[in-house]
Amino acid sequence: MALFKLTPPFLSGSSRVTKHMLQLLAALIPAIIALVYFFGPAVIVTIILAIVVALLAEALMLKLRQRPLMPFLTDGSAVVTAILLAIAIPPMAPWWLTTIGILFAIIFAKHLYGGLGYNPFNPAMVAYVLLLISFPLEMTQWSPITSLADHVVDIPSAFQFIFQGSLNSQIPIDAISAATPLDEMKTQIGLLQTPEQIMQSPIFNSLAGQGWLWVNIWFAIGGLFLINRKIISWHIPFSMLAAIATISLVTWLISPESYASPLFHLLSGGTMIGAFFIATDPVTAATTVKGRIIFGAGIGLLTYIIRVWGGYPDGIAFAVLLMNMLVPLIDYYSQPRVYGDTSS
Amino acid sequence: MTQLGSFPGGLLLDGQKRRSTQTAIRTTPISKKLILPMQQHIGEAAQEVVSIGDKVLKGQKIAQANGHMSVCLHAPSSGTVTAIDKQPVPHPSGLSAPCITIETDGEDRWIKRQGVADYSQLSDHEIRQRIRDAGIVGLGGAGFPSFIKLNPGIHHVIDTLILNGAECEPYITCDDMIMRERAKGIIEGIIIMRYALRVTQCIIAIEDNKPEAIVAMESALEKYPETDTIKVVVIPTRYPTGSEKQLIEVITQKQVPKNGLPLDLGIVLHNVATAYAIGRAIIHGEPLISRIVTVTGTDVKHAGNCETLFGTPISELLNFCNTHRHKDVPFVMGGPMMGYNLTADDLPVIKTSNCILVGVDNTSHQSTAMPCIRCGDCAVACPASLLPQQLYWYSRAKDLDKTREYNLFDCIECGCCSYVCPSEIPLVDYFRFAKTEIMHKQQEHQKSDIARQRHENRQARLEHEKAEKERRHLQRKLALAATQSNKEKAATGNNVGENK
Repeated sequence: MALFKLTPPFLSGSSRVTKHMLQLLAALIPAIIALVYFFGPAVIVTIILAIVVALLAEALMLKLRQRPLMPFLTDGSAVVTAILLAIAIPPMAPWWLTTIGILFAIIFAKHLYGGLGYNPFNPAMVAYVLLLISFPLEMTQWSPITSLADHVVDIPSAFQFIFQGSLNSQIPIDAISAATPLDEMKTQIGLLQTPEQIMQSPIFNSLAGQGWLWVNIWFAIGGLFLINRKIISWHIPFSMLAAIATISLVTWLISPESYASPLFHLLSGGTMIGAFFIATDPVTAATTVKGRIIFGAGIGLLTYIIRVWGGYPDGIAFAVLLMNMLVPLIDYYSQPRVYGDTSS
Repeated sequence: MTQLGSFPGGLLLDGQKRRSTQTAIRTTPISKKLILPMQQHIGEAAQEVVSIGDKVLKGQKIAQANGHMSVCLHAPSSGTVTAIDKQPVPHPSGLSAPCITIETDGEDRWIKRQGVADYSQLSDHEIRQRIRDAGIVGLGGAGFPSFIKLNPGIHHVIDTLILNGAECEPYITCDDMIMRERAKGIIEGIIIMRYALRVTQCIIAIEDNKPEAIVAMESALEKYPETDTIKVVVIPTRYPTGSEKQLIEVITQKQVPKNGLPLDLGIVLHNVATAYAIGRAIIHGEPLISRIVTVTGTDVKHAGNCETLFGTPISELLNFCNTHRHKDVPFVMGGPMMGYNLTADDLPVIKTSNCILVGVDNTSHQSTAMPCIRCGDCAVACPASLLPQQLYWYSRAKDLDKTREYNLFDCIECGCCSYVCPSEIPLVDYFRFAKTEIMHKQQEHQKSDIARQRHENRQARLEHEKAEKERRHLQRKLALAATQSNKEKAATGNNVGENK
C-alpha cells in the first residue's frame, strides 16, 4: 500500500505521463495503417525492430545511469521516439540503419542529456538528421506507392530485404525505391518544369502525392484527436500549418509556374506528422502559449524555406532542431503577464 | 444581473459536498479539557490575563490583544485554568506553542454579555474595538484579524463589501451550512460591517453548487427593508474561486494589482461566517468562542457540520462524528487542496479550523515523481498566470533569483499545478521551499546588514573617540604648555619684582 502524500494537495488528477504517451500512440495508428496500405507492410517490420532496439537501449542506459527501470520503460516515451523515427525513415530501410538511428536517438539525444524531460533536441529528429547526412542513399530510397508498383513487397520479402539486404529475384529493384512527390517536385522544378506539368506524373493526384495525401490526412485526424483529448495544445500545429500555408500561398500567387500550391505543401512529406506529432513534443518545444505560436510558426517557415530553396526535399527535421535551439530564448521572452500586473 | 468576470486557469473539481450536508449543524459536547493556543490568528500572539487556578466564565477574556495585529481570546466555557504552557497546536510545522488549558465545570455559565441592539449608537471606531475585543478573525481559514479589514484608513475609499460564500475547496461545507441555517444572523453582521465601512453596496458571492444556501440568503434578505444595497450573486463553481483575488475578479472583472490589496480597487472582502460572528459580537455581546467545523471524509461515518468550542480536542470531534481513522489515509486540517496534514488527533480545534478531513477519494500517493516533460498543463491551470514548469525548473536548481524573476511570490499555493501534473511532481512543495529559502536569505541579509551597520557604527565611534582623545590630549598639552609658559612668565615677573 502506497503512502499518501503528507503535503497538499491531497487530491490528484488522473493525468499521467504514460497515459499521454499511450494516447499519442493510439493517434498514430490510423496513419500507420494508411502507410501500410499505400507503401506495403514493410513499415511494420521497421516499427517493431525500432521498438525492440529502443527499449533495449533505454533499459541499458537506465541501468548505466542507475535509474529505476520500470517507471521509465513503461512511460512510453522510448516507444514513441521509436515509432516516430521508424515511420519517418523509408519503410524498407535496412536493419542497421534503423538500429543506428534508434541507438543514437535514445543514447545520445536522450540519455546523455539526462533522459526523459531533459533533452533539448527532439531525439527522433536528431537521429533522422544523423541518418540523412550519413546515409543519404539509404535514406532516400522510399518505397513506391503499392498501386503503382508491379510487385507488392509482402512481409517475408520485407524481412529478407531489411535483414539480409537481398531481394527475392522475382522482385525488381524499382519495387522498393521510387521518387517521393517532394523529390519529384524539387527535381523537376529545378529542370524548369511548372508544378502543373509535374503533377501530371502518375505519382501525383490533383492535390498532392498519391498515398501521401491520405497519410497526411490521417496524421492530421490523429492530431485533432490529441487536441481534443488535451494531450497537445492547438498552438504549435496551428501556427506551423498557418506559416506553411501563408508563405506557400504568397509564393504561389506570385509565381504559380515555379512554386507548388499551398495544399501540395500542407499534404506532402512530413508536414502533418511534423505539425501534430513531432513539433508538439512537449519536452523540446516552447512551453508558453505565445512561445508555442512563435515556435510553430518558425518550424513552418523553416520547413518551407528548406523544401523550396534548400538542399533537401523535406525540411521538417532540420526546422524542428533549429527551433529547439531557440526554445530557451523564446520561453524567456514570451512569459505571460502575471496576475494583476498592470505594467505593460 | 451584472456581468461576471473570470480568472485565468482553475479547475473543475468533484466537490464531495453532499457528504457533509445531509444533517443540520450539530453541537459538539463540551469537552472536559479545552486547550486554547494564544495565537490563533495572523499577527502577534495574545497575552494571557489569567493565571493557573483562576475560575473563568464562558466568554470571559483570558488573553489580551498584544500590539496592533492581534485579537483577544476568551474562555469557551466556564471552568478553571489548569495550565499555561506550551502544547502541540494544529500547524503545518507540528510545533508546540503557548496555550491556556481550561478544565470545564460542565455548567457552561456565561459571563454578563453587553450587546447593543442598535449598532448605529456606536461609532465605527467603537465597532472595530468591540470586534477586536470579541477576538474575531477571518473564519475562512486564514485567520486575519477582522477589525483591521474593517479599517480601510483615510487613503482608500471603499465602495464594495464582498462576502465570500464561495467555499470552493472540495469537501468543506461549513459556510454552506451557516448560510442555510443562519442567514438572518449573517445579514445582521453584514449590515454592521456595511455601517462600519460606509460602503454603498454589499455582494454575497455564492458558488452555484450551493442552491440551498442561495435560496436561504435570498429569502432572508427579503425580510430586511434596508437591504436593497445587499445582493446575492451566484458565481460558477470553479476552484479556486474562493481565493480573494480570484473572487474579486469574478465579481468585478478587475484584477487586484500585483503586490496590491483589494483596498486598491475600493473593495473589502470578508467571509460569511465572519459576518455572522460580528453580528453576534455587536448585537448579543458574544465573543468568538466556537465555530462550525466540517467533519468529513471517507473514514467519517456521520459526516456533517458541528458547532464546536475552541480548544476541543479533534479526537472528541471525530468520535462525535463516528470516525474510524485508518493510518494510511490523509488526516487533514482544512480542505484537500490547501489543508495540511495533522500530526496527532489530540490537537485542539482553533479559530481557523474550518474542516477536519479524514480520508479523500483519489488520494495522491507518495509516488516517485516522473521528470517534468514541460507539457504546460500546470501553466494552463494556474490562476495566477504563472509558469509553474519554469518555476519548478529553477526551484529545483535552487536558482532563487530566477524564481523571483518568474514571479514566485505571486504563487497562492492553491495546488492546481500539482493536481494536474502528469508526472505527479509536488510542485507546491518546491515553491514553498523556494519561498522560505528566499525569505531566509533575506533575513540573513538583513541580519548581516544590521551587523555590518553595527560594526561600522562601532568603528566610527571608536575613531571618533580616538580623535576626541587626541584632541583632548592636544588641548591638554597646549594648556600645559600655556600654563608652563605663564609660570615661566610669572617666575620671570617675580624675579623682576624681586629684582626691584
